[in-house]
Amino acid sequence: MDFLQPTSWQDALALRGERPDALPLAGGTDVMVDINFDRRRPGALLDLGRVPELREWGQDDGRIRLGAGVPYAGIIGNLGAQLPGLAMASRTVGSPQIRIRGTVGGNLGSASPAGDAHPPLLAAGAVVEVASAARGTREIPVAEFYTGVKRNALEPDELIAAVLIPAASGPQQFSKVGTRNAMVIAVSAFACALHPDRREIGTGIGSAAPTPRRAPEAETFLAGELDDAGLWDSRNALPEPLAAAFGERVAAAASPIDDVRGSAAYRLHSLSVMARRAITWAWNDLREAA
Amino acid sequence: MSAEAGTRTTRITATPGGVGDTPLRPDGTLKVTGEFAYASDLWHDEMVWGATLRSPHPHARIAGIDITEALTLPGVFAVLTAADVPGENAFGLEHADQPVLASEFVRYEGEPVAIVAADHPETARRAAQRIRVDYEVLPAVTDPRRAMDADAPAVHRPGNLVRHLTLRRGNPDPKAPVVVSLDFEVGMQDQAFLGPESGLAVPGDDGGVDLYVATQWLHVDQRQICLALGLPPEKVRLTLAGVGGAFGGREDLSVHVHACLLALRTGKPVKMSYGREESFFGHVHRHPATMTYEFGAERDGTLVYAKANLLFDGGAYASSTAAVVGNGGTLGLGPYRFPSVAVDAYGVFTNNPPCGAMRGFGCVQAAFAHEALMDELADAVGVDRVEIRQRNGMREGDVNITGQVIDSAAPVAELLQIVRDLPMPPPLDPSDIRALPGAVGNTTHGEGVVRGVGYAIAYKNVGFSEGFDDYSTARVRLELTGGEPVATVHTAAAEVGQGLITVEQQICRTELGVERVVVHPKTTGVGSGGSTSASRQTYVTGGAVKAACESVRAVVLERAAALLGRSAGELRLDGEKLLGASGEVLLGLGDVLGTEAVEETVEWRHRPTHAIDPETGQGNAHVQFAFSAHRAVVDVDVELGLVKVVALDSAQDVGKAINPDAVVGQIHGGSAQGMGLALMEEMVVTDGHVRNPSFTDYLIPTILDMPPMQVQVLEYADPHAPYGVRGVGEPPTISSGPAVAAAVRAATGKALHRVPIRPEHITGT
Repeated sequence: MDFLQPTSWQDALALRGERPDALPLAGGTDVMVDINFDRRRPGALLDLGRVPELREWGQDDGRIRLGAGVPYAGIIGNLGAQLPGLAMASRTVGSPQIRIRGTVGGNLGSASPAGDAHPPLLAAGAVVEVASAARGTREIPVAEFYTGVKRNALEPDELIAAVLIPAASGPQQFSKVGTRNAMVIAVSAFACALHPDRREIGTGIGSAAPTPRRAPEAETFLAGELDDAGLWDSRNALPEPLAAAFGERVAAAASPIDDVRGSAAYRLHSLSVMARRAITWAWNDLREAA
Repeated sequence: MSAEAGTRTTRITATPGGVGDTPLRPDGTLKVTGEFAYASDLWHDEMVWGATLRSPHPHARIAGIDITEALTLPGVFAVLTAADVPGENAFGLEHADQPVLASEFVRYEGEPVAIVAADHPETARRAAQRIRVDYEVLPAVTDPRRAMDADAPAVHRPGNLVRHLTLRRGNPDPKAPVVVSLDFEVGMQDQAFLGPESGLAVPGDDGGVDLYVATQWLHVDQRQICLALGLPPEKVRLTLAGVGGAFGGREDLSVHVHACLLALRTGKPVKMSYGREESFFGHVHRHPATMTYEFGAERDGTLVYAKANLLFDGGAYASSTAAVVGNGGTLGLGPYRFPSVAVDAYGVFTNNPPCGAMRGFGCVQAAFAHEALMDELADAVGVDRVEIRQRNGMREGDVNITGQVIDSAAPVAELLQIVRDLPMPPPLDPSDIRALPGAVGNTTHGEGVVRGVGYAIAYKNVGFSEGFDDYSTARVRLELTGGEPVATVHTAAAEVGQGLITVEQQICRTELGVERVVVHPKTTGVGSGGSTSASRQTYVTGGAVKAACESVRAVVLERAAALLGRSAGELRLDGEKLLGASGEVLLGLGDVLGTEAVEETVEWRHRPTHAIDPETGQGNAHVQFAFSAHRAVVDVDVELGLVKVVALDSAQDVGKAINPDAVVGQIHGGSAQGMGLALMEEMVVTDGHVRNPSFTDYLIPTILDMPPMQVQVLEYADPHAPYGVRGVGEPPTISSGPAVAAAVRAATGKALHRVPIRPEHITGT
């Protein structure tokens, strides 16, 4: 197994193009586990840890351009105001040591349905910026990025450059159930984002389907109900039955399995509870902000 | 800890760093700073690495093994199978029923089949994968309730019963106006020690081998290794390597024989270290148990009778299943007075992972059942849950269910009162999500959260029981080094992190009055120290060290008497001086020792225990009983089934705290381990396959799961034990889990007759 360690983005893309058998390595929190357990033996490891461009973040036309190599600790420390949902999810990732190593780019590369970053990216309507030496850059809406269990839309010569995430225009929430109170992989997870500017709701579901996914029917249902009741304008309290109906629709969007971490039935139940509570908290935040 | 409450201990002269003090542990700073040398850090020039090929099947016949492809891999020095075991291909703590390397059959997933030595651990691992084993898969019995069925596949001949203990006492057909009963199930817990199995075998010039290994009992290892290697004990020498936790999981052999076989075959030092995943297959686990309990009582809650049926899944080999059944059967009704009792306890073979010793040893499983049922009885008769325990709780002088008199303190009522009276934690504070169920998972801001309080009391035998010849050996040497008296203590008793080294030093300081005490590395160069288990080392090895010190002191006094022309009876040793009858200083210890060291070796036994009657289960089976109580306070998000343990407070009688800091440390750790079983720790085994052999999915409590504890320690001396000590390590593991489970039941109003309690058990989804 070769170890490739480019020191610039240009070199990284060139190496990626030359070595389709190379496995990109960001924080290593997934990849090194697989290698240590001998689940993967790629021809090469492409270590992106020395590529400075990947560790940068900045504003880009109302969006945060988050370099694929920014660790969770950096998001928690620097981007809590612009990306509150992602920052909340980042706080639940592993241990402090893992949060210093792990990156959103790595989460997207692994494309595990249990990745903590996915639900808030889905809820916020993020776009994944990928690039290849041969064809340059393209943008993929995050909902289209996940193509199957631990599969994503990357071509063999592409790397993830960044994630473009609209800065929060309203409150966001993230909830994650695990069987202990820290350092746990999600049994189920849910993120929501209120977009009061365009009167829309964003959602993201984790660990409850083959891929992370949105709950589109729940989004349009709630946005419509809020419209019909004039709540976007009145900012009156979110009726409990409406929140509960939203929660049920979120659960209906999932298709979980039974596994060693939890039952499918519990995943559906917990999603409905988390979605009901999280949307209520988000709505209350919106009311308080008004 | 409380200094004032419940002291009935002999006053011991305060020697700095002696008994009752809390000197710093020699390994403490090293462990905290990451510098401690664990067994996995062992190194030898020219050493090679061993790896193990394990069975992927719970039950199969081995039709053939082809090692050619492994042997031809460059860097490989040896590939060994059952045919290469020179002695008996068998080991086991109680019965030698487990092959060193599987020959005809494999009986559980993960059973060792072949071993490899190579120049690099990765080479060894790859070579192991190139071994071709032709398995004929056989039907497996994986449900312990089916193990004794006539048509169940036999794991061993003649059948799948390891032990059936029957215990009968009092009225054979008791009646009571109030009857409560339940079924309870306990999942398979793992010891989850942080330092995986590791050892280094170095071939000797004499055809023997020196093994450095992390273990709990050097001499029982030595006996089994000798049997397998066909070597006498003088050619199999063991030294304890740095142990990263044990909890019973190192009582059975792991790398021991394999590393020695490879070292003797290759003529090179061989190191074997398991990774985390292999570790889950490399040691025994706590027995899963299914239990049926029935209590009869008067209308005021006074217990009349108990009937209990306990079934322990022993997995594929006997290990210590028979003794676990012994404990579950003789102690499994808890520290209560029952006039009439009928208990049947079974241990069975299955094709599940072998189960054996783990902290609490048969009492942990039973305590979940008897404590849940005591709560149900309290509710049935309308008596407070603490009060019903106090009313029925054992007292000194009572007779337990095997007819044995409890002949030292049994402060059941007092321990319960202490935990009940401890300050309660503050009410729920939703402003800090880390304090809420789900914590940073941000699943509640207070919605759905209900607080519950639960109590439990438990007791446990200390030391080995049922007639086992339980002893320890200590060698103590007193000499002048650089003009200063120095004591050296040598025992083979394993330090596994509990602090025995410090205890040995403390006892030497107190008994000999010398400040400097060197602890010799733990080796088989001295007689057996017995097992570091059953909460026994401070009692038994402590007793041996004390006795050896007394012998040394007697020799010193005789020497001094000869020098002074007085009788030894007039003299005493105090500090490093010899005093006369009226306290006058007559000699310095150095003057007595001169250039001739005093060295004494003592083999020390606690009072004998006895086998129980095979039909009635009656007899003086145990030497000592230790009692502990917990109060748990939990916040449960009843909608999501998530639990935050808010408080887990404890009271325990320890007889005499030789090292109070270490005592409290044991109570903290034991409580966390018991809580882990109540809420999250389970090896999930489906059809004989372990589904979560990793710390990703075998969850142990983190700092956000374990609350700070209030611990109250009683010191009611046991007059039969050295210094009055009572074993400390296991009782907190037994009472903490049932208290947590009770608190969750109180919060949720659900029966929850299975642990670990998973979120879906609470939500019903």
